[in-house]
Amino acid sequence: MQTNAVEINDLTVSYRYKPVLWDIDLDIPEGVLMAIVGPNGAGKSTLIKTILGIVKPVAGSIKIYGKPYHQNRSKVAYVPQRGTVDWDFPTTVLDVVLMGTYGKLGWIKRPGKKQKEKSLAALKEVKMHDFANRQISQLSGGQQQRVFLARALVQDAQIYFMDEPLQGVDAVTEKAVINILKELKNENKTVVVVHHDLSTVPDYFDWVTFLNVRRIASGKVMTVFNDANLEKTYGSSFRTLKGYTTA
Amino acid sequence: MSVAQLEIQIIAVIVAIACALPGVFLVLRKRAMISDAISHAILPGIVIGFFLTGDLSSPFLVLLAAATGVLTVSLVEVIDRTGLVKEDTSIGLVFPALFSIGVILISRYAGDVHLDTGAVLLGELAFAPFDRLIINGIDMGPKALYVMGGILLINFLFISVFFKELKISTFDVGLATTLGFTPMVLHYLLMSIVSITAVGAFDAVGSILVVALMIVPAATAYLLTDDLRTLLILSGLAGLISALAGYWIAHWLDASIAGSMATVVGLLFLLTYLFAPGRGIYFIIRRRKRQKYEFAQMTLTVHIMNHSGEYDNIEERRMDHFQHHFNWDLEQARTIVKQALRNKFIQLDGDLISLTNRGLRFARASQSLIMAEKDPNINEFRKQFVTFNE
Amino acid sequence: MEFIDFFIDLFTDYTTRTIGIGTAILGIVSGVLGSYAVLRQQSLLGDAISHATLPGIAIAFLIIGTKSTAFFFLGAAVAGWAGTMWIRGIVQNTRIKSDSALGLVLSVFFGFGMVLLTFIQKMPNANQAGLETFLFGQAATLIHTDVILMAIIGAFSLFAVILLWKEFKILTFDPQYAATLGFNTKLLDIILIFIIVLAIVLGLQAVGVVLMSAMLLAPAAAARQWTDSLSIMILLAALFGALAGLTGTAISSAAMNLSTGPVIVLVSIAFVFISFMFAPNRGLLFREIRKQANKKEMRMNHVLENMYWIALGHENLQHPHSNAILNKTLGYSKKCMRELRDKHLIELNEDYDWNLTEKGIKRAKEVYTDNNKNEQQ
Repeated sequence: MQTNAVEINDLTVSYRYKPVLWDIDLDIPEGVLMAIVGPNGAGKSTLIKTILGIVKPVAGSIKIYGKPYHQNRSKVAYVPQRGTVDWDFPTTVLDVVLMGTYGKLGWIKRPGKKQKEKSLAALKEVKMHDFANRQISQLSGGQQQRVFLARALVQDAQIYFMDEPLQGVDAVTEKAVINILKELKNENKTVVVVHHDLSTVPDYFDWVTFLNVRRIASGKVMTVFNDANLEKTYGSSFRTLKGYTTA
Repeated sequence: MSVAQLEIQIIAVIVAIACALPGVFLVLRKRAMISDAISHAILPGIVIGFFLTGDLSSPFLVLLAAATGVLTVSLVEVIDRTGLVKEDTSIGLVFPALFSIGVILISRYAGDVHLDTGAVLLGELAFAPFDRLIINGIDMGPKALYVMGGILLINFLFISVFFKELKISTFDVGLATTLGFTPMVLHYLLMSIVSITAVGAFDAVGSILVVALMIVPAATAYLLTDDLRTLLILSGLAGLISALAGYWIAHWLDASIAGSMATVVGLLFLLTYLFAPGRGIYFIIRRRKRQKYEFAQMTLTVHIMNHSGEYDNIEERRMDHFQHHFNWDLEQARTIVKQALRNKFIQLDGDLISLTNRGLRFARASQSLIMAEKDPNINEFRKQFVTFNE
Repeated sequence: MEFIDFFIDLFTDYTTRTIGIGTAILGIVSGVLGSYAVLRQQSLLGDAISHATLPGIAIAFLIIGTKSTAFFFLGAAVAGWAGTMWIRGIVQNTRIKSDSALGLVLSVFFGFGMVLLTFIQKMPNANQAGLETFLFGQAATLIHTDVILMAIIGAFSLFAVILLWKEFKILTFDPQYAATLGFNTKLLDIILIFIIVLAIVLGLQAVGVVLMSAMLLAPAAAARQWTDSLSIMILLAALFGALAGLTGTAISSAAMNLSTGPVIVLVSIAFVFISFMFAPNRGLLFREIRKQANKKEMRMNHVLENMYWIALGHENLQHPHSNAILNKTLGYSKKCMRELRDKHLIELNEDYDWNLTEKGIKRAKEVYTDNNKNEQQ
């Protein structure tokens, strides 16, 4: 039987009466490349943030390789939406990537040569090594995204959570990100991506979860990415969504 | 109560209300700190105006100083537009600079100006009755009464005339623009009103406490109502109370009137903060408790409903399952189940839980509540299942 | 005491040295902590905190009945902290936004402080002389023990910043990410705000509650313009802060009857102004120069592109163009032609007509294809 990287049981998250996530059961098998899709306000980002312990659930349990998140933190890496930080912050590309090593360093200890080399290697993977000493405010949106990706790569994790890494990026970045995703999959890492563009789901991912407050469906793209589930998730309006295609 | 005391109180009330009215819009537009900037930055305007006119209540001085205030607002916007620093930093840089210039001018020419740095911070409400308006030898009352009365009238007229425009541009800038109002013009008009009010009130309560009289009544009212008209009335009322109570506390302690007014309005806010119906801390804590309770009932019943099918795993309906899956600890799970029993939502068969008819209705209602497109009407829902009591 | 004398006395006179060291410590600490306040976009929080300290100082005096810097620090820190926590409570629990919460706490605490202060001033036989120097600051009142206390608190704050360097950096840049890495961001946030409160309290005697916030912001805002590195920014802010403190104190002691607060603030704002104008890269002057240079280059490119385009039609890339024809093209001016010639992009033939050089053709081709690519997009 396949191991599950993440197991979510009866998860409910609510800020007020209207829950953002309701009674979610979801298993994420090890080694899948999963897209989480759903309309705006479906709770996609919230799901990731709850798994990562940023948002506290009302009820439910989340296990990372069988343990609560805070006991298995080092197995998880996170790529937040790039709009969440101030890119005018006075620091360099390399410095931001180095932040990915902070978790394993723990309190007080500073990153050294080893961490630096690792960060440079990660930058090379995302094709940003020429930018290592560049100030982050000089980056384009796609470059910012690749820096965030490199920062997650140095975390050296088993599971990667990415919040809309393909939102508004250029073609070069999109390709670079996808290549990394496939590479991670080849290393049997698990990757979970909040994704907007339905038309690219079958090309980029092998696993998909439909989410709209509740879990609508989850499984292999081949079996669950169909009109019925799309309609259940997006309502009848899904047909007007740009360029959807299903198998 | 002497005539002078009465006059001071009347002036204090007028000042407080004149400040409270435009303050409402500052609070609603999230521009409260601009009042801090304006009230400090007008100081050099006042000092220079005083050199030129020699009269603190001269209309020329009021206009000149108010112009400094508006200038400050645009200066902040200019710095903001360079992108060199964020907006709050530009506010934080501009007004201390102007205020410092004002303070230095005052202390350099202390002999020539009857202002001193104490007056800058506290105003001179207690002396207001001594500066009288005399026309043809007839005593018409304190000058400050006329200046502040005039300003209150201007504020009142401004808000009445532009009520609709202010309302729309405050709540929806985009809509206001498409409807043909220019929010920019209104913004600067409001800033002018704030500046004029700050200058007028400066004489009575000083720079910093102008901020208290503008922001705090409005913030207090904002915790009590949603309606703009009521907001303005309550805000004015809070100003009135703080003026009167502040005066008498100051009188009793022999302390600063302006400071007491600020303290009283602060206490009014504190009371509202703690006990405002529906929005005070007391109610928030109660509501959170209740929400948690109701949510637990909803979670439990919906879960049982979803696992009551013929082919469902019966284990999902056992007590120990909740501990496991919902992350409820044993005691919590027991309490929730006990409450559900009391609500007659569930029945127990050993430790196996199943829904009653009432429980099923509740679970269905919960589910549609949760899946509702818009914000659900929780009160209607509660009415159906009245058994909630804490 | 004259302005220059102050700096001379700094090395010779005991009292002046004490004051100098005090203001320098204040400048360094507020510059360092102010950098975080600015980067975390909490610039106005400092203003609220410093005003909120006033009742703390007054209550400390009412309790012990005499002036004691240590107790004043304690009272100020407690009140500043209480104010900060109330601001948070208001923002978290009500629909009132942070700007209103700041203004509210700032003015109410200050108003209450003024009630206490005026009450104390009218108390019989109260040894309260000088309590009002906390409003606008008076560096000359700093004595030896004050400075030692400042040095201890200052050293403690700086030590914390150095020790938690990496933690504060990630907290400021991306707090949510820091939390996923396992850092207790709530605790970090509390530590950082606590140190900012300490820095503010440190400055009250010299700068006063009314203007202390500017002392926090101005050196940081100035330093930000000169560098894109956090560590250099913080070092520069410390330097600017110390310089502003010293210079301000010197000026105010040269000019009698001036509180130090306003003077120090004006000096540090002057640093900001200079930095806004003249800092390389970000400065407005530099930006303007760059803009002009861009414009010039665009004009030159236009001319090159036009010559190239016309030459294409003549099937001779070095086709000569008369001034009369070029005159009609966008960007043409005698100065522009001269500069193109100086760069050996074009040359004048014997008929006094212009033609592209080899180098010019290459450049023009680049510009031409570049522009056409842009149009296609």
